[in-house]
Amino acid sequence: MKKILEMRNISKEFPGVKALDGVTFDLGEGEFHSLVGENGAGKSTLMKVLSGVYPFGSYGGDIVVAGEVRQFQTVRQAEEAGIAIIFQELSLVKELTVAENIFLGKEPNRFGIINWSEVYQKSSQLLKDLNLPLDPRTKVENLGIGQQQLVEIAKALSHNAKLLVLDEPTAALTESEVETLFEILKDLKARGVGMIYISHKLDEVFMMSDRITVLRDGRTVGTNNAADLDKDKVIALMVGREVGDIFPTTTHELGETALEVKNLTAFDPDVSEKKLVDNVSFHVKKGEVLGISGLMGAGRSELLMTIFGAWRGKHSGEIIIDGQKTPINSPADAIRNGIGFVTEDRKRFGLILEQTIRDNATLACLKQISGKFITDRARETAATREVMRSLHVKASSPMTIAGTLSGGNQQKVVLGKWLLTKPKVLFLDEPTRGIDVGAKQEIYSEINLLAEKGLAIVLVSSELPEVLGLSDRILVLHEGKTTGEFSRSEATPEKVMAAATGESKTLI
Amino acid sequence: MSETQTEKKRFKIETSALRAYTMLGALALIWLFFHWQTGGIFMMPRNLSNLMLQTSVTGIIAVGMLMVIVAGQIDLSVGSILGLSGGVAAIVYTDLQWGIYAAIFAAIAVAVIIELFQGALIAYLNIPAFIVTLGGLLAWRGAIKGISQSETVPVADETFKAIGQQYIPPAIGWFIAAIAIIAILYFAVARARAEKSYGLGEGKVGAQILKSLLPIGGIIVFIFVMNSESGVPNPVLILIFVALVGYFITTNTTFGRYLYAIGGNAEAARLSGINNKIQIVKVFALLGALTGIAALIFTARVGSAAPGAGGLKELDAIAACVIGGTSLMGGRGTVFGACLGALIMASLDNGMSLLNVQDYMQELVKGGILVAAVGLDMIGKKS
Repeated sequence: MKKILEMRNISKEFPGVKALDGVTFDLGEGEFHSLVGENGAGKSTLMKVLSGVYPFGSYGGDIVVAGEVRQFQTVRQAEEAGIAIIFQELSLVKELTVAENIFLGKEPNRFGIINWSEVYQKSSQLLKDLNLPLDPRTKVENLGIGQQQLVEIAKALSHNAKLLVLDEPTAALTESEVETLFEILKDLKARGVGMIYISHKLDEVFMMSDRITVLRDGRTVGTNNAADLDKDKVIALMVGREVGDIFPTTTHELGETALEVKNLTAFDPDVSEKKLVDNVSFHVKKGEVLGISGLMGAGRSELLMTIFGAWRGKHSGEIIIDGQKTPINSPADAIRNGIGFVTEDRKRFGLILEQTIRDNATLACLKQISGKFITDRARETAATREVMRSLHVKASSPMTIAGTLSGGNQQKVVLGKWLLTKPKVLFLDEPTRGIDVGAKQEIYSEINLLAEKGLAIVLVSSELPEVLGLSDRILVLHEGKTTGEFSRSEATPEKVMAAATGESKTLI
Repeated sequence: MSETQTEKKRFKIETSALRAYTMLGALALIWLFFHWQTGGIFMMPRNLSNLMLQTSVTGIIAVGMLMVIVAGQIDLSVGSILGLSGGVAAIVYTDLQWGIYAAIFAAIAVAVIIELFQGALIAYLNIPAFIVTLGGLLAWRGAIKGISQSETVPVADETFKAIGQQYIPPAIGWFIAAIAIIAILYFAVARARAEKSYGLGEGKVGAQILKSLLPIGGIIVFIFVMNSESGVPNPVLILIFVALVGYFITTNTTFGRYLYAIGGNAEAARLSGINNKIQIVKVFALLGALTGIAALIFTARVGSAAPGAGGLKELDAIAACVIGGTSLMGGRGTVFGACLGALIMASLDNGMSLLNVQDYMQELVKGGILVAAVGLDMIGKKS
């Protein structure tokens, strides 16, 4: 196989941290090479070195592209050398069309006047070549996350990239979107495009990889043929230790019903006719973990938001807490009635990144923990320290700025914030998204611990093994409706997925 | 390498503290420069007393503006509201002759009601603060012109003028200083005890008292300087009081914490059970109250209420906040910084006037310094 990329002995230092330490990596033509490692292992840093985000001179070692040592000063130079990178956060302009995004910054023009017919002609040709089912005139904001990802790929390949870097491309995709993506990647592979694939999802890593490189603490632990590895071996390499079953198999002792929801319906705030949650009823008992499964857009987060009193659109239904019908009109009502809500997307909904761990942790219960009008900062610090200790948050002090923490520790701070409200019912929406294996495991055992203590837990997750591994009972939603309910013993991945895709015949 | 790292750790100062020291340093440089250029006039007690007076109106508004900006909002209308409520106070006092208390009440009430209204439009109708208060900037200026028929209303009486022109007798100045020092020491001891009782830090009383020495020294020097002229001017005492209350609100109250949360991440704040809308209305009302107080001082100092009074004061207040390290994106800023920013602006005005720098040049310099201050902040952040 012809080598299209070699990275030799790459080192990169940040003040006080050695992010990369002598990393070696290579890629052949048409090769699918996965790069895995815990958060902070240096994967993204390595890719930023490759793509010119960190210019030549700021790192040590050599980058060899197609047999030639290159010194990229800018992202543009790396692009021109055929390196395209798709970062975790999508970098599309939502108000612009697909075609405008694809040609952003390199519009065909004459004296600064854009040749629109060429823009649309070329982009529709490109989309056709790639077999992407997209209309170049659609505005990106009207596309689903999965389709946006495809636009990113089209954009990346618009300048004939020979090398495509995908950094967690499926984090926000549904199963079917993942399949579409992989079809397209296979096609690209067949055309000789080399791909570097970064993901926490090992299933995906094993789906296509020729080789797998594991990074740990900024060093290469090993590069192996995928055929010689399995998931357990990769995890062992990643964490540097053997891990057993990551889901503790505990059965919980169930108490009385803590929360019951009857006939909950929630409408889209923008399209008033559209039901996002359609007549859903369920209950959860003390000490029980209720998993809610479903694909993106199934209405899971909307369901939790509505119960929590945070839904902006029209809604109806009954909420019964501890046997009492309880109207909840605001998050404050929900908190007062003992509901905690570890929201999805910690950066958007969970944390104030520029503030301290303490200010974040005490925000939802400030008046209880600190005083109704006047705050008691020493008491807050003590409470925060306590919760940091019990959740093993790795930070030097409660005064550390939340935004400087790793994803796993940020997630623990969000969890801690809600535990401080002393909830009776705890909602967890995608509690382990984008965090490393070690932190995931800690959060899993915390969930079990909380259930043992008698908390009623509602867990929404897109990762099927997580829902199957933790839940006593699983509720499946499809397009806002309940399409399945399974106990732990009857739930299998196939059954749950069938219900989630609406294929299941056992509608209830 | 490792050596420099430990060095760095040892001398690691919090960013916010570093910013405060930088600003104090900048202020010291400005003062020394003017002192040298004016041949020793600038730092004479008489001029410093003047300088503090000039800071007072902008400073009081800046404290309220700081809280509004921290909550992620902005207010462009305070200059016009200052004109309107000063005008109303003058009309109540001079034309209607309802007495001093009615005038004070009217000035504050007008400003608070207007800001409650604007705050409600912003919070409940989701109209951006920039638009609502830009409308206010025009509308309230129109209102005062209408009410006063575009004529200046004089306030000739000494009782009203005392608000802006009287001095605190030296003995009382020292008395207030003594109370302040006792309070500072009390809080230092209380903080040490609280930390100890929650098992945080060492709870050393001595260390906390040592930290209080700088503010105590500042108070003594300040009163000494002011008393060597005629005593602390009334408006300056009001500014100090407002600043202390503002400091307390932003650092020690749930309301203050909510403002930072809303400005930092409104959605996270909402989902944490905070009623963002009410907090926003409250913070605008607070700015209204402070604008009313500033209007009284302004009118009393000038001795009349002109229809154009307070023009561009909103920009002075915003500039003071920004120079003081406040982020216009919300979530970051301190009362101390805003007051220091107001003092820096007033120092430039005062110093350049002493040097007979022409008007156009003064504006050029102030504009440049505003942009440079933020620019330096950004450069500092990057490295």
